[in-house]
Amino acid sequence: MTDASSTPPKPASQLRDIWSQFSTHKGALFGLIVLGSLILAVLIGPYLWVPEKLTVAEAIKLKNQGPSLRFPLGTDQLGRDMLYRMLLAGRVSLAVGLVAMTIAIVFGTFIGILAGYFRRLDSPLMRLTDMFLALPLIPLLLVMVMLFRDRIAGMIGPELGAFTLIVFAIGITSWMATARIVRGEVLTLKEREYVLAARSIGARPNRIILRHILPNVVSPVMVAATLGVAEAIITESVLSFLGLGFPPDFPTWGRLLFDGLQYMQVYPERVIWPGLAISLTVLSVNYIGDGLRDALDPRIRGR
Amino acid sequence: MKLRTALMGAVAVLGLAPAAFAERGADGEVKLTFPQAVSIMNPYLSGGTKDIYASSMVLEPLAGLDPEGVLIPKLVTEIPTLENGGVSEDRTSITWKLLPDLKWSDGTPVTAEDAVFTWQYCTHPEGGCSQATKFEGVASVEALDASTIKVTFDGPKANPYTAFVSALSPVLQKSQFESCLGAAAPTCTDANNMPIGTGPFMVTGFAVNDTVSLAANPNYRDPAKPAFATAVIKGGGDAEGSARAVMETGEFDYAWNTQIPPDSQAAMAAAGKGQFVVAFGTLVERLETNTTDPDPALPEGERSTAKHPHPILSDIRVRTALSKAIDRSILVEVGYGAGGKPTCNVIPGPEGWASDNDGCIAQDMEGAKALLDEAGWIDTNGDGVRDKDGKKLKLLYQTTVNPIRQDFQALIKDWWTELGVEVELKAIDPGVFFGGDPGSPDTFQKFYADIEMYANNSESPDPESYLGQYQCKNAPTPETQWQGENINRFCNPEYDALYATLATTTDIAERQAIAKKLNDMVTKDSMIVIPLVHRGTLSAHSLALGGVQINAWDTEMWNVADWFRVK
Amino acid sequence: MLTFTLRRLLLAIPTLLVISLVIFLLVDLAPGSPMSEIPLTVPPDVRQKMIEALGADQPVFVRYFLWLRQFFWVEPAYVIDHWFGTSLAAGEQRILSWQSRSPVFTIIGQRLPQTLTVIGTAYLVGILIALPIGIYSAYRQYSLFDQGGTLFAMIGFSVPTFFSGTLFIIIFAVWLGWFPTKYDTQLVVNDWESFVKQVKQMALPVMTLGLANAAAISRYMRSSMLDNMTMDYVRTARAKGMSERTVVLKHVLRNSLIPVVTVIALGIPSIFGGAIITENLFGVNGIGAALIGAIRASDLPMVQTLAFIFAVLIVLFNLIADILYGLLDPRIRYD
Repeated sequence: MTDASSTPPKPASQLRDIWSQFSTHKGALFGLIVLGSLILAVLIGPYLWVPEKLTVAEAIKLKNQGPSLRFPLGTDQLGRDMLYRMLLAGRVSLAVGLVAMTIAIVFGTFIGILAGYFRRLDSPLMRLTDMFLALPLIPLLLVMVMLFRDRIAGMIGPELGAFTLIVFAIGITSWMATARIVRGEVLTLKEREYVLAARSIGARPNRIILRHILPNVVSPVMVAATLGVAEAIITESVLSFLGLGFPPDFPTWGRLLFDGLQYMQVYPERVIWPGLAISLTVLSVNYIGDGLRDALDPRIRGR
Repeated sequence: MKLRTALMGAVAVLGLAPAAFAERGADGEVKLTFPQAVSIMNPYLSGGTKDIYASSMVLEPLAGLDPEGVLIPKLVTEIPTLENGGVSEDRTSITWKLLPDLKWSDGTPVTAEDAVFTWQYCTHPEGGCSQATKFEGVASVEALDASTIKVTFDGPKANPYTAFVSALSPVLQKSQFESCLGAAAPTCTDANNMPIGTGPFMVTGFAVNDTVSLAANPNYRDPAKPAFATAVIKGGGDAEGSARAVMETGEFDYAWNTQIPPDSQAAMAAAGKGQFVVAFGTLVERLETNTTDPDPALPEGERSTAKHPHPILSDIRVRTALSKAIDRSILVEVGYGAGGKPTCNVIPGPEGWASDNDGCIAQDMEGAKALLDEAGWIDTNGDGVRDKDGKKLKLLYQTTVNPIRQDFQALIKDWWTELGVEVELKAIDPGVFFGGDPGSPDTFQKFYADIEMYANNSESPDPESYLGQYQCKNAPTPETQWQGENINRFCNPEYDALYATLATTTDIAERQAIAKKLNDMVTKDSMIVIPLVHRGTLSAHSLALGGVQINAWDTEMWNVADWFRVK
Repeated sequence: MLTFTLRRLLLAIPTLLVISLVIFLLVDLAPGSPMSEIPLTVPPDVRQKMIEALGADQPVFVRYFLWLRQFFWVEPAYVIDHWFGTSLAAGEQRILSWQSRSPVFTIIGQRLPQTLTVIGTAYLVGILIALPIGIYSAYRQYSLFDQGGTLFAMIGFSVPTFFSGTLFIIIFAVWLGWFPTKYDTQLVVNDWESFVKQVKQMALPVMTLGLANAAAISRYMRSSMLDNMTMDYVRTARAKGMSERTVVLKHVLRNSLIPVVTVIALGIPSIFGGAIITENLFGVNGIGAALIGAIRASDLPMVQTLAFIFAVLIVLFNLIADILYGLLDPRIRYD
């Protein structure tokens, strides 16, 4: 292992350094593997596991079955294969969860750092944040659908349009907490000795932010990211109740979970599968976040 | 104690009149739960069923309807008819006679003036009365003497039992509402939340959209009733939670509107604490076809208007094929269980009014395919979707967000796909769909889709006003701010002419024949409306609550005075 | 600090006015109508009459200024009249809900108690569980306790409240029969028996919400503690021979509280805002249930008033958080 503190590292070796630290973190590797296999499964799974073509009458006779060889995860109330639906649902949910979380985190961190570091921007940006926090979510979403759904769908097609709108809607309504948290951290960080030192030798603000501030706000941001994935997946299911989501025959984990709710007592597996999938995703993102934080922390790295 | 319980149980089972033991207030508290909470106790300012049901325990009309849809006297000595002279020979007036010694819950006498006032209250132009249709065609309401009410119509009225009939049109106390006429109506919060009535209960506490607390009315006309001293209506949650509170945890005695999947119904009933009861009114879940073109490429203002007939659905063969491809019994099995029956009518009841049209019940996929072939829709390129003149047979099918409706959408999409029709599904927030906001593209009136699904019903057993919606003039258009009940933009002069004769026909058998013919004109003759399921209202009551008789024609609480505790 | 607070409070007034206008326009623009819950059997002309009676057909700015006047003049006047027996309001129209025709503030008054007791308790329980878990997990990072805590937190926030709430109902109310599923808002606590009843009916909603709150806060606490554990000042403190207890609870904890304070300050207005799903599920019928009901019915005066009060609380608690930052870390300066 290189000693990072003795020689100033080049960017390439720093990346390698981070990776070598990351890869020693068992939880992080576990998270990476689980998330990777989930993504792989939902990407190629629907091609490998193609359910039998059944007529409606045949399918209805097979409704609400428990797990079996023919239906590894059982069937739903219309006799549809749950495994196939879970795989299809995973595509949407993982994509929405990860992309919407990224948008919210990047935007929130950006606003938070600007507000925390530049005193002049603090007040306007934080009042903007207050306003977004105060807006009632459901009317906001309904207005967005009304104004943009048909237009976006006309431009890029209904499904991609729905995806863009959902991701954008979730992103724009969930960056505020990250922004406030990052700002709070930056407020204390910028008064720390090393930042003052960097400033006194004439380092430019963008360099100070990138080198000294950003690495130190990683840990709350990672927590926000973990929470964000879970929240985005669940919010997507809420959106579909407002007609904002995908067409109703398009399964997502959040929607499968909600639909399964009324069958929870009779057929508990209907809620267990989507619940498990969401929890696994969140758990793996959390461990990846843990590993990333440790890897980015210069005090731990190289120890 | 055990012996006593057993004895009482036996009595209840044998159906011996519980009234023999009955004493007002002897049975403690009865607890009801509604999935939607009660907002207001004045039915004239609300239209929500929840509010009307709750207020019906307090406010009463002159006459109500029993579970068979037959008129029963409430505050009057008898139902006025032509035979007993209560309805004038020319059918231009009806005279009601109040029961003697009738008192409001505050002890003051009920007089004919109260009814006159109620009419003035609801017909005030600035009042925004939601039951104004009940008084439509009423020229005047007079008090002939303290206990005689004469309602005069502005012409011969085939069905004179509208004003002051059913829980939608109860009598208000004049002295309480006197200062609440017109624009002042909404501001009378106390009166609207705690109206003084003649019913078995009176309001003792009202928490908006949450809980209504009631107590037995000390001046109720039957001194032995109600058996319960107090009643509570708790609102909120969902159908699932309400059903559970009655059927599984036994916290409540009665839950209104517990529409849950058939599997869950069976599981809950197995807990042995309660039972589901169902009543069939006229509620029909249906597919409405759009006879006009909703193509987004058309300019705004011409989309979904009579200017452009629908390129696909204008052909009756296509509409018929779509109906034939559906197996309605599977829909019922999946969505409603005992709470629904397959139907081909928009007027599925009551007996006598329903057409014997059942040609759509059996699914006929081959017949449907043949019809489409005949109509020229053939799959020329082998992609599984039929086409004609280079245009694909593709339909946008929308409904509200609701688990059962989404199941229906999935099933119907499967059948239509098998038929060679490409289907795009859309689900819309019910508040937006039914909201009628002309600015929104997603209202059911605007109908920017090819097919849409929802349920509708006639509010009275006589479907005259209900059938009126399919008149040509009722089509929603940009000029009417997209308001109107003729969702399909159905326009048939023959229908309008026949409907006009319904209004002037007084003979009941003739009326029924006309109604059946009108029903057939929009269903089997034209397939403009594709009825799917005749839905009942499903409620649940605890086994410890006796006397419940569910009623689809009036409020479910129509006989709440007779409810008692099974001991 | 005082000038800072005063300046921020002054700045809050225009901010809130802008927010109130934005909310009003947003809610007004949203599709839906106050007639959406009226059955289809009510014909269009009657609906139109009802809308006119509500005043919902007036131009949007007329309604906005009416609301402003009612909120800032008529309602306070009613409060003053109520307290001092004056007659300032002179019978002027209060803000009336379109859905129920009751004054909006009467409804809020009816609903605030259960919201504060249930949601407030849940939040408090959440914090009280979360802080020790977060602190100890960080102190013993990657220990069995930490892994258990992580699992608990992950389940806590990957499982939505509509799911955990229903699960708790089935386990604790249906199977075990310990707790009721519907909250009785009319219960008056005046003796031991009714107190027990109150505790019982609060158990399920508090559990559901507490779990979700604890999960999130414990993660922030843990990560922030971890950041500080490796700082030089901790080594210095240990080298000076301070006890572990003092090092962790005094030095590390204090310096780790900033993100936690932010999260808690963001959460407190949401106590007032209620927990929409949980309130609905258990029939708590607090402010959250009122808001969602009003949104569904497009009850503009109700939505607007609630959203605005919510905005006031957000601005206020974010200000409190900023003041707390200064107390926790004196190096932070606002000038």
